[in-house]
Amino acid sequence: MRAAVSTTAPPRPARRARFLPWAPLLTLAVMLGPVLAGLLGTLAPALGYLPALGGQTVTLAAFEALFAWPGLPRAMALSLGVGLVATGISLAIVVLICAGWAGTRTFGMVERLLSPLLSVPHAAAAFGLAFLIAPSGWIARALSPWLTGWERPPDLLILQDPAGLSLVFGLVAKEVPFLLLMTLAALTQVRPGQSLRVAQALGYGRVTGWLKVVFPLVYRQIRLPAFAVLAFSMSVVDVAIILGPNTPPTLAVQVVRWMSDPDLAFRFQAAAGAVLQLGLVLLGLGLWRLMELVVSRAGRAWVVRGGRGRSRTEQALRAGALVLGALAALAVIAGLAGQVVWSFAGLWQFPDLLPEGFTLRNWGRHGPRLAGPVTETLLIAGAATGLALLLTLASLEAEHRHGLRPATRALWLLYLPLIVPQVAFLMGFQTFSILAGLDGGRAAVILAHLVFVLPYVFLSLSDPWRAWDARQDTIARALGAGPDRVLWAVRLPMLLRPVLIAAAVGFAVSVGQYLPTLLVGAGRVATLTTEAVALASGGDRRAIGVYALAQTAAAFAPFALGVVLPRLLWRNRKGMRDA
Amino acid sequence: MPEGLRLEQLSIALEGARLIALDAAIAPGEVLTVMGPSGVGKSTLLAAITGTLDPAFTMTGRIRLDGRDLSGLPTEARRVGILFQDEYLFPHLSVGANLAFGLKPDIKDRRDRRARIEAALREVGLSGFADRDPATLSGGQRARVALQRMLLSEPRALLLDEAFSRLDSALRAQVRALVFQTAHRRALPVLQVTHDRSDAEAAGGAVVDLG
Repeated sequence: MRAAVSTTAPPRPARRARFLPWAPLLTLAVMLGPVLAGLLGTLAPALGYLPALGGQTVTLAAFEALFAWPGLPRAMALSLGVGLVATGISLAIVVLICAGWAGTRTFGMVERLLSPLLSVPHAAAAFGLAFLIAPSGWIARALSPWLTGWERPPDLLILQDPAGLSLVFGLVAKEVPFLLLMTLAALTQVRPGQSLRVAQALGYGRVTGWLKVVFPLVYRQIRLPAFAVLAFSMSVVDVAIILGPNTPPTLAVQVVRWMSDPDLAFRFQAAAGAVLQLGLVLLGLGLWRLMELVVSRAGRAWVVRGGRGRSRTEQALRAGALVLGALAALAVIAGLAGQVVWSFAGLWQFPDLLPEGFTLRNWGRHGPRLAGPVTETLLIAGAATGLALLLTLASLEAEHRHGLRPATRALWLLYLPLIVPQVAFLMGFQTFSILAGLDGGRAAVILAHLVFVLPYVFLSLSDPWRAWDARQDTIARALGAGPDRVLWAVRLPMLLRPVLIAAAVGFAVSVGQYLPTLLVGAGRVATLTTEAVALASGGDRRAIGVYALAQTAAAFAPFALGVVLPRLLWRNRKGMRDA
Repeated sequence: MPEGLRLEQLSIALEGARLIALDAAIAPGEVLTVMGPSGVGKSTLLAAITGTLDPAFTMTGRIRLDGRDLSGLPTEARRVGILFQDEYLFPHLSVGANLAFGLKPDIKDRRDRRARIEAALREVGLSGFADRDPATLSGGQRARVALQRMLLSEPRALLLDEAFSRLDSALRAQVRALVFQTAHRRALPVLQVTHDRSDAEAAGGAVVDLG
């Protein structure tokens, strides 16, 4: 009888998915391996060791050459200053918007205005801003000649100003949407409603109460994103080429110039500069940490004093935050609109606000040449996103099936590729890809993109994935479905929207990558971004407009798909509409 | 062979602290009600039986269903049906597809499958509901679909996790009667956990108080 029972019992499903338990480790390896190996590969030539170029011995010659460059102090100060100021302003705007408006209808509007801007590639946004603020840009045109008296573009160094102000402006406009979305995610976890109501019942103003009660909790959650913004702002290359000063440029831009120098001897100096850039970012993070300590000490004293906040100050802060946030959003939107106009512009003289006529000629001229870069961009972004999604889903599913608990440290590891400056490890990565025979090829570029796409895909998908009610799983399993069937037939369809959005985020990140494409592709892999940035020095506004728009479209289309597709698929399923 | 659901010297602990200790046998068609306030580990007990116990818990003792030792078996092989207070109808599937998810895959013929689903719907007065969106059903209708979906998977035991606590009192009596009558007719051993005395009275079987 017993035997009979055991034969009628369903056979235990074979444990085949042996890959799954290893997925989290593989994910980390794919993400961090290139960073660590790349850092080593950069450090070696910085110390004079690069046998391929005849560097056989360890010397400090590269650093001596670097320190002999007269522009160095200024380039370093620029990088550090721009990074700290841009991050500080972005964070202040985001915090004040949240403090003043979280939970209101206005806040919802700001959120809807800013979120789509996240997908606009940095280079495209920078080109847009450049067109707004340039002496021949829209703002100058709007004020001329009736206010300024300018009949021709004034000879002012507004764009690429030596102090890096336009670069700060460009970075703030792009980082505010990012930090705001991260803060929103943090707010859903902190659930500040109650403590804020308590503070308000005690007579605290809205902004003051929020800053005193909610901010300390929220900041803990957005600290890593803030670090990432700081490191990015200090070491960004494409935005700095477009908006940053030229003589000297920021350190990262100068390093890239040395790297692309036909004289290969500059490679050693470039490597030394990249190592210095890493040190500079660490210094920046250290300074930021110091500011955290100062602000938290001052903040504690401020809390203890018990001030409720003067209503006039409160109003001013609320209004100011809203204006600045809206300005950041409108600047990017107006800049994009400017690209649209330029790409269709016929004759357009200063100070006319609009061209004399619109034409398809620009698209006719540059359009056919877009085909190659568009294909390359889509192939690379598609492959990198596909791999990132696969690794992320496998890691999350392994976590679910094997009861693995993500350590809080793991979050640091996810942010590592976003904090280590790109120049510091991409150079070494390039050396390794030459050794592996992958250099200048699409495969190496895809791997390099994956390093940056993975963290974003993982960060975007992990929260909704983990928030899925595990009792759905119990129900489906109790109905006789194995884990694979639950994954494919229940969990993935139910989480289709967040999966598509995560894919769209990853795709947009890949489309926007400049430096990995340029360096690892050895200049031979031409994407929309590398082509667009290459146009920056030429100043052909019509060509820039065409490329920047194509770049924006490539980054934005997957988001549109991610929103529309679930609506179409689930149009008859009320339970699947987003809340 | 001992039929029904047997919990033999079952004991569940969290970090060395014992949460639950239970020794019980539920014969086919009988109901055992486990009562207690929330937080005493009633749901943990059910998780041990479905095989979804968090690895943080340690379990000793045996769980047997119709003589089969369930320990080590994955959830999908245990043939234990469960109903929660939420119906958990899969929101992306139609009512019919939800039922088809429960129906055993060894019934291959499409027409046969559809006929069985339609019959299951008819049995609870929901004929013609197969193409409906589950989100458009009333609470009572959802509860009946969830019950039929579970039954189509041919479980050998039924677990109820506060299964009626979301329904208002009139509906509650109705759905409860349907579930218990069905379980009795199909000779399913039923283990329900609840904090509501009326659930225990309606079940009419033995009652164990935890906590």
